[in-house]
Amino acid sequence: MDWSWLPKYLPMLPGAIFVTLQLVVFTMVFGLLLAIPLALVQVTGPKWLARIARGYCTFMRGTPLLIQLYLFYYGLGAIFASYPELRQSFFWPILREGYYYAIVAFALNEAGYLGEVLRGAFLSVPKGELEAARAYGMSPFKVLSRVWLPRALRNALPALGGETILTLKATPLAALVTVTDIFSVADKVRQETYIIYPPLIMVMVVYMILTFIITRIFNYYEKQIPVRR
Amino acid sequence: MIPEVLTFGRNGFADELLRGTLVTLYIAVAAFLLGLALGLLGATAKLYGGIVSRFVANIYTTVIRSIPELVLILFLFFAGTRGISTLSELVGFGPVNVNGTLAAILVLGFVQGAYSTEILRGAILAIPVGQIEAAKAYGMSTFQTFSRIIFPAMLPNAIPSLSNLWLEAIKSTSLIMVTGASAELGGIARSAASFTKRYFMFYFVALLIYLALTLVSNIFLQRLERYVRRGQPKLA
Repeated sequence: MDWSWLPKYLPMLPGAIFVTLQLVVFTMVFGLLLAIPLALVQVTGPKWLARIARGYCTFMRGTPLLIQLYLFYYGLGAIFASYPELRQSFFWPILREGYYYAIVAFALNEAGYLGEVLRGAFLSVPKGELEAARAYGMSPFKVLSRVWLPRALRNALPALGGETILTLKATPLAALVTVTDIFSVADKVRQETYIIYPPLIMVMVVYMILTFIITRIFNYYEKQIPVRR
Repeated sequence: MIPEVLTFGRNGFADELLRGTLVTLYIAVAAFLLGLALGLLGATAKLYGGIVSRFVANIYTTVIRSIPELVLILFLFFAGTRGISTLSELVGFGPVNVNGTLAAILVLGFVQGAYSTEILRGAILAIPVGQIEAAKAYGMSTFQTFSRIIFPAMLPNAIPSLSNLWLEAIKSTSLIMVTGASAELGGIARSAASFTKRYFMFYFVALLIYLALTLVSNIFLQRLERYVRRGQPKLA
């Protein structure tokens, strides 16, 4: 085992961890924001909208994330590049960056999974609570923001923790589209020094630690929820 | 109107994509079965094993399940192919080139094994203890208890999660293409896309094929679940 590369490449790690965490947070936040309407229309929406939302979730959950990411980065990227107006525009530096493609692809994918999670969570809120909220004269939006959504999110918290870890484990895919995340450090070491295993082992340990921390954070919040036993 | 690059024959990639789909299915089936075998072993080790086997099984599931699949696949792929090659050199066969498809099956199967260990362990734990005790009281041997009571009683608990794992197996075959060593669907789509420069179309077609595979699997899995649940009360 050759660890001589470590001093030179270790300083890259904090920044790389930060990029990975950014990917996780943005994916979960945007995914959740998208998933709320996706789940809502499946529970209360008109049939045709519910069908579309269901189809979306099925598609995202039934196909590999890597190919979805490639579809965005290479597929859409090539289409964008074919418009000269776009290349000269102010958006081009953003449209070239793998980072944004990764976040968009991850968030759209995660929305499919979270939509399914939230659908169950919305259904698990007791009907009486929603009726009580309506009886108080709350508008449908207020019922959602004050009663239905907070209750659903609480019920879904364990599943959300699991999804966050799955998202963390999906983030190394971003390294394949030039994002400088944790995994990209191992890739860089391999390309520059031809050392394969030690950097991969380091990266694995970092991911294990992050998984552990995220589990702990969610456990903490799960314990904050008052339950009657 | 189908574009020419999607037709069969010399100018089209349809036959290549079809072959890639078959390779993907082959890898997924073999890896899933290998994972099931490992899972059965791991679950037995965790539930009935001694201290050492329990410890090994715990390390296996914890480590594998907390590391991203992509990283694991790359690591195991490099380590595995080199390991097998070194082994054959030691035995005296000279270095061998491990076939990419076989390596993919072994690597994915090893990863899947960790997840099926946990699924099977949970499914076995969910069997009412009385049933196993009753089997023992009837004088059944360990093997008979397993094959007649534990296995069939565990299936209804395990099938839903195992179905998800199977879908995961299909989807994770696409990760093999980062090793650049396999002719599965994702890899074929990538070479076709970069050859024709029609990235969007080929990746989209690949996605549709994956979707078809998972949808068809779903139909069969739902039937299977209904079959293993026969005679049981309906779920809420």
